[in-house]
Amino acid sequence: MKKMRKVAIYGKGGIGKSTTTQNTVAGLAEMGKKIMVVGCDPKADSTRLLLGGLAQKSVLDTLREEGEDVELENIRKKGYANVWCVESGGPEPGVGCAGRGIITSINMLESLGAYEESEGLDYAFYDVLGDVVCGGFAMPIRDGKAEEIYIVCSGEMMAMYAANNICKGIMKFAQSGAVRLGGLICNSRAVDNEKEMIQEMAKIMGTQMIYFVPRDNDVQRAEINRKTVIEWNPQAPQADHYRGLAKAIDENQMFVIPKPMEMDTLEGLLMEYGLLN
Amino acid sequence: MLLRHTPKEITERSALMINPAKTCQPIGAMYAALGIHGCLPHSHGSQGCCAYHRSALTRHYKEPVSASTSSFTEGSSVFGGQANMLQAIENIFAVYNPEIIACHTTCLSETIGDDLKQIRKKAITEGKIPEGKYMISASTPSYVGSHVTGFSNMVKSMVGLAEPTGKKNGKVNIIPGWVEPSDMEEIKRLTNMIGVKTIMFPDTSGVLNGPLSGEYKMYPDGGVTVAELQSTGDSIGTLALGEWCSADAARELDVKHKVPCQILDMPFGLKATDRFIDALRIIAGVTVPDELSMERGQLVDMISDMHQYVYHKKVALVGDPDQVIAMTEFLVSIDMCPVHIVTGTPGKAFERRIKEITKDMPFPCNVKAKGDMFLLHQWIKNEPVDLIIGNTYCKYISRDEDIPLVRWGFPILDRQGHQYFPTVGYKGALRLLEKILNVIQDRKDRDDPESKFELVL
Repeated sequence: MKKMRKVAIYGKGGIGKSTTTQNTVAGLAEMGKKIMVVGCDPKADSTRLLLGGLAQKSVLDTLREEGEDVELENIRKKGYANVWCVESGGPEPGVGCAGRGIITSINMLESLGAYEESEGLDYAFYDVLGDVVCGGFAMPIRDGKAEEIYIVCSGEMMAMYAANNICKGIMKFAQSGAVRLGGLICNSRAVDNEKEMIQEMAKIMGTQMIYFVPRDNDVQRAEINRKTVIEWNPQAPQADHYRGLAKAIDENQMFVIPKPMEMDTLEGLLMEYGLLN
Repeated sequence: MLLRHTPKEITERSALMINPAKTCQPIGAMYAALGIHGCLPHSHGSQGCCAYHRSALTRHYKEPVSASTSSFTEGSSVFGGQANMLQAIENIFAVYNPEIIACHTTCLSETIGDDLKQIRKKAITEGKIPEGKYMISASTPSYVGSHVTGFSNMVKSMVGLAEPTGKKNGKVNIIPGWVEPSDMEEIKRLTNMIGVKTIMFPDTSGVLNGPLSGEYKMYPDGGVTVAELQSTGDSIGTLALGEWCSADAARELDVKHKVPCQILDMPFGLKATDRFIDALRIIAGVTVPDELSMERGQLVDMISDMHQYVYHKKVALVGDPDQVIAMTEFLVSIDMCPVHIVTGTPGKAFERRIKEITKDMPFPCNVKAKGDMFLLHQWIKNEPVDLIIGNTYCKYISRDEDIPLVRWGFPILDRQGHQYFPTVGYKGALRLLEKILNVIQDRKDRDDPESKFELVL
């Protein structure tokens, strides 16, 4: 049997990780892949488009309400194209430890056998909140968990800065484990020279820009309908872009230990490309 | 009346634990680690954790317990404990030179998400672990499970040392679970008697029941060696005693290295010992030695001679799941009635198992996993018992309710003998029965009117 690929998606908050993940997963599912998406965000909104807005009961809520005897079927739900959807969930804002919540959820999924060969998964996707802010948020890239990482970014300064920071986290775990960076996904904000700038940034960091997703309001329209673009309007040009991204990920062979940039290099990159006109 | 505030009326509690029947995961991990020869347990967390866990073990075993700590400061909890751990590894091998470090986490290091497996790999890459020396690690957050979970996690991590050579070693792995050093010694005596070659891990005999010789040995002579642990993948099979303590490690060996495993109850009492001996006999392909049949016969003799004193006596029993399951079976088998049973360790399977064992008992049985001593006390107030069996913390209930107590389990802080006299096997069951009879007959002698005061019992 083919080995399950374990993918984590990181990136600055608000950059479109959840949207990109779900749309890409829809593309992979369309190709006939069997996938599980694990939302690692206390807001528990990583599977909304796949589940058609159905509020998925999170692992931690289930744990809180039902006690220790949780079963796999309590915490995962089938979404669009039979994609398994899991939301780790977490504490309400301002209390507790969200990072620990992710550790607890992933451990629980493992002990319940969600990753077993018998589940026949081709892919497990982790959609992780914002930055790798602490140990808990690094859980998906620990040894034996996600092995390839894609960072969603754009040509905006803060998004690039965050991507660079995330690479520092990956580097730490890559030195002793199997985790590798698969590339940058540019989720366009229609910044000047965006594509070239991200390509250059990827090159400096020793990786690739795996796909350039153009900005298109169809994404928002689909979101309002609680659907991925592929489900909402399979003929939309944007749907083809997500299919393209799915294909690029499926065929990707380039997995590296990234070389994060110094701050000066990053600033220089912005000067060179951002002020070109 | 130290527990005079315990009300008879039982109210539903969802959040509060009073007088817990369990303790921290790392205490179990540390105890297991001491069963490896030349092992220094290491606590990855703040100093207080390590100090408490060491003293908890010392208070029970009355032996010094050495362990090192990553000594977290506020800085480590913000920046992660990797730097401390790496420095600790260097210092430990330079100063204390153990064969192996067995590292466990604490609540703090777990919560901040320190990844011991990653830190271990980094230490190896950076050459901080000298040639021929080892490190294993277990994740032991105390807010999950109990000390039993910690024990099981550390035993499971020992199995990670297995390096199958492809050639069978003709031995059987025995995972005894959390029993006393004296019990481990007894298990070895039994396997030797039947003629089964074994690798027993962990093995704290000779470590935590050592002699006073005037010479301090940081690493006593006992314990399973690293070489033996490496060889566990070549064994012909594994006998794991206790679902909670030992099954995880046995299954890991089965899944990873195809060493078939059999999970048995801990051999306390007649029936569980019978099953253990039977499993050994089948593996060895021999008949049970006469010497052992003799021991069994002596136990059966005492059970039948003294049956009238134990018949339908009610018992409250508290302890760790594997021990309590076997003890419940033993009590039921001699017609005693364990009517209140509590373990602090979670696990619905525990309640199912107990209900099954006690289903033909003439009295209904109260049982709770993840329960506490407070509930046990309330049950006793509502339905008094003739005997309490449990650890030292039961002495408060015993005194308040004037009920005899047999100390058995962990921890025993105020009586001696557990380190040296086993309660597993037929001999052990004989000792358990002796202890039970002693307190019941002492009570009888105290309470009987003069007209019924007997010389011969």
